[in-house]
Amino acid sequence: MTLSNQVLSEVEYNVVGKRPVRPDGVDKVTGRAQYGADVKLTGLLHAKVLRSPHPHARIRSIDTGKAEALPGVKAVITAKDLPFAALSREELGGDYNRLKFASDHMLASDKVLYKGHPVAAVAAVNAHVAESALALIEVDYEPLEAVVDVRAAMRDDAPLLHAELRTSSMGEIGDKPSNVAAHLSYEKGDVEQGFGEADVVVERELTTASVHQGYIEPHNSTAFWNTDGQLNLWTSTQGAFAVRAAVADVLRLPVSRIKVTPMEIGGGFGGKITAYLDAIAATLSQKAGAPVKQLMTRAEVFEASGPAPGSWMKVKVGAKNDGRLTAVQLEVAMDAGAYPGSPVMQAMTCAFACYDVENGKVDGYDVVVNKPKTAAYRAPGSPQAAFGVETVMDELCQQLGLDPIDFRLLNAAKEGTRRIEGPVARRIGFVECLEAARDHDHYRTPPEGENSGRGVAAGYWMNRGFQSSCVITVNFDGTVSLIMGSVDIGGTRASIAQQAAETLGIAYEDVKPMVVDTDSIGFTFITGGSRTSFATGLAAIEAAESVKAQMVSRAAKIWDAAEDDVEYADGAVRHKSDPELRLGFKDLARQLATTGGTVAGQSNVDPAGEGNSYAVHLADVQVDPDTGKTEVTRYTAIQDAGKAVHPSYVEGQIQGGAVQGIGWALNEEYYFDNSGRMMNPTFLDYRMPTSLDLPMIDTVIVEVANSGHPYGVRGVGEVPIVPPMAAIANGIHEATGLRLRSLPMTPGKILEEQWERNGG
Amino acid sequence: MEAFDFVAPKSIEAAVSILNENGDRARIIAGGTDILVMMRAGRRLADVVLDVKGIPELDEMSYSPEGGLTLGAAVPCYRIYQDEAISAAYPGLVDAASLIGGIQIQGRASIGGNLCNAAPSGDSIPAVIALNGVCNVAGPNGTRQIAAEDFCTAPGQNALQQGEMLVSVSFPAPVANSGANYQRFIPRNEMDIAVAGVGSSVVLDASGENFVSGRVALASVAPTPVFSRAAGDSLAGKPVSDEAIREASELAMADAVPINDMRGTIRQRIHLIGVLTRRTLNNAVERARGG
Amino acid sequence: MPGVVHVQAKINGEDTNFLCEPRQSLLEVLRDVLGMTGTKEGCNDGNCGACTVVLDGRIVDSCLVLGVEAQGREVQTIEGMASPGGLHPLQQSFLENAALQCGICTPGFLLASRALLDAEPDADEGRIRHWLAGNLCRCTGYDKIVRAVIQVSTAPEK
Repeated sequence: MTLSNQVLSEVEYNVVGKRPVRPDGVDKVTGRAQYGADVKLTGLLHAKVLRSPHPHARIRSIDTGKAEALPGVKAVITAKDLPFAALSREELGGDYNRLKFASDHMLASDKVLYKGHPVAAVAAVNAHVAESALALIEVDYEPLEAVVDVRAAMRDDAPLLHAELRTSSMGEIGDKPSNVAAHLSYEKGDVEQGFGEADVVVERELTTASVHQGYIEPHNSTAFWNTDGQLNLWTSTQGAFAVRAAVADVLRLPVSRIKVTPMEIGGGFGGKITAYLDAIAATLSQKAGAPVKQLMTRAEVFEASGPAPGSWMKVKVGAKNDGRLTAVQLEVAMDAGAYPGSPVMQAMTCAFACYDVENGKVDGYDVVVNKPKTAAYRAPGSPQAAFGVETVMDELCQQLGLDPIDFRLLNAAKEGTRRIEGPVARRIGFVECLEAARDHDHYRTPPEGENSGRGVAAGYWMNRGFQSSCVITVNFDGTVSLIMGSVDIGGTRASIAQQAAETLGIAYEDVKPMVVDTDSIGFTFITGGSRTSFATGLAAIEAAESVKAQMVSRAAKIWDAAEDDVEYADGAVRHKSDPELRLGFKDLARQLATTGGTVAGQSNVDPAGEGNSYAVHLADVQVDPDTGKTEVTRYTAIQDAGKAVHPSYVEGQIQGGAVQGIGWALNEEYYFDNSGRMMNPTFLDYRMPTSLDLPMIDTVIVEVANSGHPYGVRGVGEVPIVPPMAAIANGIHEATGLRLRSLPMTPGKILEEQWERNGG
Repeated sequence: MEAFDFVAPKSIEAAVSILNENGDRARIIAGGTDILVMMRAGRRLADVVLDVKGIPELDEMSYSPEGGLTLGAAVPCYRIYQDEAISAAYPGLVDAASLIGGIQIQGRASIGGNLCNAAPSGDSIPAVIALNGVCNVAGPNGTRQIAAEDFCTAPGQNALQQGEMLVSVSFPAPVANSGANYQRFIPRNEMDIAVAGVGSSVVLDASGENFVSGRVALASVAPTPVFSRAAGDSLAGKPVSDEAIREASELAMADAVPINDMRGTIRQRIHLIGVLTRRTLNNAVERARGG
Repeated sequence: MPGVVHVQAKINGEDTNFLCEPRQSLLEVLRDVLGMTGTKEGCNDGNCGACTVVLDGRIVDSCLVLGVEAQGREVQTIEGMASPGGLHPLQQSFLENAALQCGICTPGFLLASRALLDAEPDADEGRIRHWLAGNLCRCTGYDKIVRAVIQVSTAPEK
């Protein structure tokens, strides 16, 4: 820990809160860790996918004959090879549309809906041959007009993506086809009355561009469909069980026929939940009778795996002269990409969750457009909403002459605050985060340099629970094996092992965590939603408690004592009344073999006690008035972690999330040409931040314990990406006087705004 | 990528012969940082790929204060900026060599490759033009020289004819009281393509107060790198002043004919040419004065 | 159709012979021919640095080198960074500073960092950030990576 990274701890533990080296660390610094692309199998074939060059087109025909005839090609598939092609509407009933979307997302049947949409796939002796074969597949397309802008897609005269999609609006289904898949609405109090009471009202429209998660490891999958009908998959995923379910759905298989082995994962951020390749690789493997490996190229990752949605928002806020909010309102439309399912509901629930306000209304629209189907990206929906809300709140502060932190303290959500969509907050740490920000050296020191400014913004993510399963087995040398289904995406093994060690009262080094396949552990939800340290941690704690109880019972047996007379404390069992009878964990473990065999604890949890996360970010920026370029010169992120299990990896989550937000704020975007084709599907032109674009990211971990977890853990991964865009926008305003209302805030846009202000 | 043959000729004659036989189906690899990307994307096709790094003339640098610099076409960027004498004599060239790609790219990419690739955004090309660089070309009919400003003819196309190859680039010895600078504008701080770039060189009189001559060249604002002769010529004989530099920058802006694309707009690029011309000329003047 | 070529190179100090097609990159050769999967592919066009290796003493993106170009040359990869006695100080520092999350960019960062400190043992934060700009990391925001390299550097300001 350095001075740049502070932890404001309430409670100290022996292992939880310490910074041990991660168990998978040595493998990852020596190149030995096995990622999905590293899978080797005898007779392995390599697959490539033919993708649509059009953002929107009808498929008239596909001729794979020449590709099949190319030497070295072992299998070619199209949507006709997927089970959906043989299923009738009658058989599927109400499930028809859902399965059609899921199946067409794997391989398009009648229409392609985005540039990059898969239309065929080839397995061959190597990737070069497979690629050559793609060029021999003849697809006859009827190009259709495309729409990529969310507002344009909502118009009555917009080109329709799906003939059968109708708007679902609070339980009612629309009377004609539409690109608007859903309209949601929440309300609390009376916003008209609230705005009527306000002394100041600010109302603004804002937009954000599609952005990509940007994980460095491209998607990959290796499938082997054995002759006994058993399907094995090795893949890069945030959730092996999610892949199993998705593949079972599209291939119409019982889950017991599929075993998914999650390989080490090279980044996900929500983007590695959807199974893009697995069903294709499996179908190719079945047809070829050999294992098939498929890797996406970087361009395929950009063009065909989930970006986060672009959005349009209208934000309206009203306050009294003293700064007290009287009403808030948001209208937000998010593009779902080619199939319904944007995180618009999360945008709506997160938008005003930092504020305690009596009157609020949020309306959201889930809209399909000719882009790849959007996927989760770190706090899905919340960053877009925060960009809108937190920049408009900044404008309100400016009009009222209020300090942005004082304003937020005045209106801060706290225990008992009811959110617009209903839930009432339990103990949360937003006020503590604001106070830590206010008292931080960063906030007390003016920004340095000419044309500089500071922005403040807050953010919220609810965090998640869901199911996790853990097994802890005691080895006869006194170590334990900790088996889990949660993929380790950045320190999971360490943070779960720490909680197990803390509970057992043994050394961290004596816990051997391992992530296993879907046949080897109970159902475990994805690593995502900021749930893993919380929920899988709880499972490990419960499994450890079970081990403790069994160790007590074994000691009682050895001592011929009543179980009630034996207790477990500080990593040892002891007789409550006889001080001579005491066995350390290791000593007892050595006796297990001869006293009945090992003990193992198992736990399945589905906890409801997740604790909400809040964050406050301070961003100093400097804007070059000649070029419009923004440099981030100082950055501090403050966040309530509940309890930081491994503070270094909590800081890492905060820093990584903040920097993804900085990229989202300044340069990252899907750039489309007039016909709807993405023009920048490379790291070169997508422009994620490099080390040279950033300062150190200082952190403050606030610890306001979550009562739903024995160590107070809340979950940390997502909320740090929520405030940066607004914090930087607010900083740019202070530096230049310009209010940027569209992301990204590129140098070109800042120049345009300057020119406009200066009269063209 | 489609299959190809690989050869590594050891002489210019051998390379020219292969190039002449295969025409467009032969492609030269020096650093590989552009050609392999384009071949993978199917934008260049080849039956044979020639590695020219084993040809002595393409792999060597020779510099003397009297004779100037001859830079083998395949010499990677890092060797330029690691050479103290060359760095001292041609800081304007080093500006460009040290910002192409990242350190990994600079370990392979060459100025010659940058010229042959003929991207409008090629970072080293304006610097080479500003420094009066001359391309030494060998072909089936012997050798010839092409001024750097005439080398690129269209996006991705250069002046080389069937069977010809770029052997080296020659730069005259720097004269007294001269200085040069290349700067580009990119949204990030590295690993980016120039939205606009300007290479400038100036010669001052002995007092350091008056321009004797100047050369200005532009990147990313036309189908090829642009030699803005008017901008450079406008400086000749004028006292060093903000006014003279501003006039030159306006002439450079007038020579910029950019397009709107994902990397920038027409207005932004023309504006940036003005900013960068001023910045590079001021920097070149400072260097000419020994700063 | 052109065939395979025999190539002799020194890889992590060992004389190594392999056969490859001319179109195979050094990255493909390392991973697919030699089974050395520690070198990672992130973009295959020289923009992420995940495939960084050392070629004759310089770091390069192995996706932009042909396998046949390794003929007679020396290649160092992540597999050769630790010695039998233990980890390289940078590997140890990355572990202790939590300078990796998913780990996919880590081999590239380690090789690039080692090349920097071999050449400039006293590299400071600014120099480290400049040198590492060709390596993308999406997890860490670079903070802990830069700190891990600073810790091994002999630069006075720590």
